[in-house]
Amino acid sequence: MTISVEEVYETASMILYQNLDIRTTTLGINLKDCIDSDFKVFKKNVYDRVYTNAVKLVEQARVLEMKYGIPIANKRISITPVSLIMESHCVQSKFIEMAQTLDRAAADAGIDFIGGFGALVQKGLTKSDRMLIDVLPDVLSKTERVCSFLNVGSNVAGLNLDAVNLLGSMLKQTAEKSNNAIGCAKFVVFVNAPEDNPFMAGAFHGVGEGDITLNIGISGPGVVKAVVDQNRECDLTRLSEIIKRTVFKITRAGELVGRELAAALNIPFGIVDISLASTTAAGDSVANVIEAFGIEKIGAHGSTLAVALLMDAVKKGGAMASGNVGGLSGTFIPVSEDEGMIDAVQKGALGLDKLEALTAVCSVGLDMFAIPGDVPEETINAIIADELAIGIINNKTTAVRVIPVPGKKAGSLVKFGGLLGTAPVMEVNPFSAKNFLKRGGRLPAPVTSMRN
Amino acid sequence: MEKELLFITVIGEDKKGIVAKISNFLYKKDINIEDINQRIMGDGYFVMTMLVDIKNSTIPMEKITRELEKIGKSLELRVQLQHENIFKMMHRV
Repeated sequence: MTISVEEVYETASMILYQNLDIRTTTLGINLKDCIDSDFKVFKKNVYDRVYTNAVKLVEQARVLEMKYGIPIANKRISITPVSLIMESHCVQSKFIEMAQTLDRAAADAGIDFIGGFGALVQKGLTKSDRMLIDVLPDVLSKTERVCSFLNVGSNVAGLNLDAVNLLGSMLKQTAEKSNNAIGCAKFVVFVNAPEDNPFMAGAFHGVGEGDITLNIGISGPGVVKAVVDQNRECDLTRLSEIIKRTVFKITRAGELVGRELAAALNIPFGIVDISLASTTAAGDSVANVIEAFGIEKIGAHGSTLAVALLMDAVKKGGAMASGNVGGLSGTFIPVSEDEGMIDAVQKGALGLDKLEALTAVCSVGLDMFAIPGDVPEETINAIIADELAIGIINNKTTAVRVIPVPGKKAGSLVKFGGLLGTAPVMEVNPFSAKNFLKRGGRLPAPVTSMRN
Repeated sequence: MEKELLFITVIGEDKKGIVAKISNFLYKKDINIEDINQRIMGDGYFVMTMLVDIKNSTIPMEKITRELEKIGKSLELRVQLQHENIFKMMHRV
């Protein structure tokens, strides 16, 4: 089998000029068997389990980066939902100590984020789940690397509005306690959360998973944009076809690195998440892909169709490339992490309403957007509930990562720095859903027939 | 011993001495060149690919990469070393 110069050049260009990378290698670790009645022993077990595995991950990832000349941008850990393992140590100070233990293990091993400080509360809240939510403002503001999630609904359970109603207040406290409200960027609320998602902040190691597994997130909006740029005039069928082919190739690279990394670590290979994920790097923007389709600015009418086409083509290409496609596997459109999204908001092309509409056709929801700090907590709850309703009714994962920034008004700009980027503060509808949300309870699980 | 095949990709502006410099380095380190190709791409870039076998190499892969990067810098070219598996995976069904 010979590989042509063109093929070698195509791969090399993707890496050198179009920001192709393995976005994340995330090791999912079961911590249930670390539980001990002595909390000191419990913490030590958790630290040792996380640290030893994380060190190996970092070391082996480096070897493969060298072998294939492809950057592995992030090495991360996801763990069993913490509320579950803390059931028998249900004391606020212990929750915080556990978060600090995880933070320390991650830092010592050179891991930038550890996900799973969360709970599955789609049907109801245990004492431990409530306590976890209570301590989140402290955990998210006092730790650097610990990420948190809540799953508050599913197609089978419906939507737990009582859990949603706790979040506006929690997020506002977190924002107050942390610099630039940055703590809120480490919390995601889901419905239909996948148990093998490798992407932060929402990664956790689900209860249906084994002891340890390696999940990979592959990315490359820049690569997709490059092929779209080369096909400015083609019709939608052809456009979908060329995206499929490209995503096939990048997914195969992810599959290869994932399999070899898992083999080197002597653990089972989990999934490849094929989500197109933006970064703050120039040219690594999903919004720019949509604009290369022929949309003047993302958010313009026509954007929903464009995102739908992109999303579907990404899934088809990825599904052909790997039998292990899992996680979120969609297209992320985080506002603060994507230069095209930031620009669209600043120019008035994209508002919160259109952003919500776009999430109806693409994973994974309203992501990394800032709102004024004086938005009432029940309005934050309503923004979350709306987005999650889209997931419940449309049989998909949706999520919200919202940052209410104290003292900021719509139109101002908040710089988070690093991977988290810069967020233009978005305008929020001033009318209230307070009296509707205070009814509480649970949105019943939807019918799965009569799907029009 | 089975071959261990890697691709060296050189991208940039065509100039004298590219093949000479790289092949001289490979010869010194006991790295065998299995195949060599070059082309001017549609976008104007000069691209050369070398398929090399490093099973007898006197230095580890990490060092080869670093040395090639140095040569690339001196010629103002991008040089990449990648195991052939990634190309097989990406370009063959």
